Amino acid sequence: MEGFTQYFWQFAYLFAAFATVFAIKWLNHPSTARRGVITGEIGFALAIIGTFLRAEVSPSHYLSILIAIVIGAMIGAPMARLMPMTAVPQFTALSHAFGALAAALVGTAEYYMTDTPPHGFTIVALIIEVLLGFLTFTASLMAFGKLQGLVPSPPITYKGQNFVNLTFLACGVVFGVWPMLTTAPVWVYPAFVLIALIFGVMFILPIGGGDMPTVIALLNSFAGASACAMGFTLENRLLIIAGALNAASGFILSVIMCKAMNRSFTNVLFGAFGQVQDKAVGKAEKRPVRSASAEDAAMLLANSSKVIIVPGYGMAVAQAQHKVRELSDQLIKRGVDVQFAIHPVAGRMPGHMNVLLAEADIPYDRLHEMEDINGEFPECDVALVIGANDVVNPAARHDKTSPIYGMPILDVDKARTVMVIKRSMNPGFAGIENELYYDPKCLMLFGDAKSFVAEIVKEINAQVPVGA
Amino acid sequence: MSVHNPSDVFELGILSVYVFLLAVILGLELVRRVSPLLHTPLMSLTNAISAISVVGGILIAGEKDVRTLPQILGLVAVTAAMLNIVAGFMITDRMLKMFKREPTKGGKH
Repeated sequence: MEGFTQYFWQFAYLFAAFATVFAIKWLNHPSTARRGVITGEIGFALAIIGTFLRAEVSPSHYLSILIAIVIGAMIGAPMARLMPMTAVPQFTALSHAFGALAAALVGTAEYYMTDTPPHGFTIVALIIEVLLGFLTFTASLMAFGKLQGLVPSPPITYKGQNFVNLTFLACGVVFGVWPMLTTAPVWVYPAFVLIALIFGVMFILPIGGGDMPTVIALLNSFAGASACAMGFTLENRLLIIAGALNAASGFILSVIMCKAMNRSFTNVLFGAFGQVQDKAVGKAEKRPVRSASAEDAAMLLANSSKVIIVPGYGMAVAQAQHKVRELSDQLIKRGVDVQFAIHPVAGRMPGHMNVLLAEADIPYDRLHEMEDINGEFPECDVALVIGANDVVNPAARHDKTSPIYGMPILDVDKARTVMVIKRSMNPGFAGIENELYYDPKCLMLFGDAKSFVAEIVKEINAQVPVGA
Repeated sequence: MSVHNPSDVFELGILSVYVFLLAVILGLELVRRVSPLLHTPLMSLTNAISAISVVGGILIAGEKDVRTLPQILGLVAVTAAMLNIVAGFMITDRMLKMFKREPTKGGKH
């Protein structure tokens, strides 16, 4: 029996490591995904129980640790239950903050564990863990603020910003490397922590709302890397595996996001993209646009044989997804083939639109990735763009002077008719004029996405009987 | 894990690097296969997974004669990580529950 409890944690960790791998593996399809979550949960429960049974953990501390666990669970559970689905990006940013904070605090605790701080390889891993942890903590809080509207979403820039950031980074490196080489004065470690915290804030300031998908994925990766570094300091391979999986996942997602915008990491992080550019604004000449009423739109849509709906962040802001579902239901009832085209960077985080549409009960068979559906636009009667802008701007294909030149877009302009629901003619996040709106086959539907779609549904119900 | 001679420490370290590299490669391959449809649940799930750092917090806060400062830091870390684990797994499951197929027949694709 003693042997069992003594080695139980080894097997628990082994199982937990496999559980995390399979949890991610089973996410490759919606039909197996929930099985993965349950496996992950069991793995984590075992890992926690196993840790309690380790000889290193003294039973005299069981109570305090259990209280800490219960408090965490009691805050986490209602958060997850009550959060509205439209707040998923904010929520994700917030949970990155907590995960990173945990890693950074453990690193700091290890540093102060004994009179002599760790040395050798351990301190190198520890400094990386603490740096990434604290940096991700404040950066994620800032990202949360921007997504929640507490901090202004456009990039905040000032003269010499990159210089100031680089100076900070250099100081951080000096204070970080110092304890690796020799016993550093007492103030060095706190100074290092402070710099990591401030750097996280400065890192997010120049990043605009539309770049959030890349940044959130990157913060996800950092939080994982921090946990992974902790695994090295504690010689704990479960932490190394789980952290590395998370780091790899976030990294791939951010690469996918960058590719979907045809931009490099450095451009996203230091480019302060999305400031309203004087050049682009000055170029905006007054050209005629065609606008249409809900009635016109309803007739066109109901008489189409194929409609592709392109949702964007505007749909999320207007909370229009349920109305969009109604519209799609009514059209399907009248024999129209309705599909959804999702651009990888639509919304504020990877996969944002899919979650919103799934929440509105739209079956996932109708949600299509850009590469899969782009070929279908030429045979589609109406492409209905709801709250998306830059991801459908044809300038990305041919206008070499455009800031979004080269970005892969949804080819809505190849559809027979394009309808765009938009509040006004104001340019989108990148501050770029969208030439699509001046295309003779483009109809502008001015108004709030939610109420406009509702009006279209009303018109369809009033004018086009089912089965006509 | 207390006393190692230098060569043992080195060997354990190298072993960890092996584990790390394999895990990264496995992670890259696995995530590449995740459908873009599920990228948001993927992020919340991996985020919950990274909160495995709760283990580190328990080990620190549970040390027999732990000093007060590391103990407090360890306990706060346990709370933060636990919050992340519970919220992360629950929200992932909530999202995955919403993804449904077409009720009657499969879509046209």
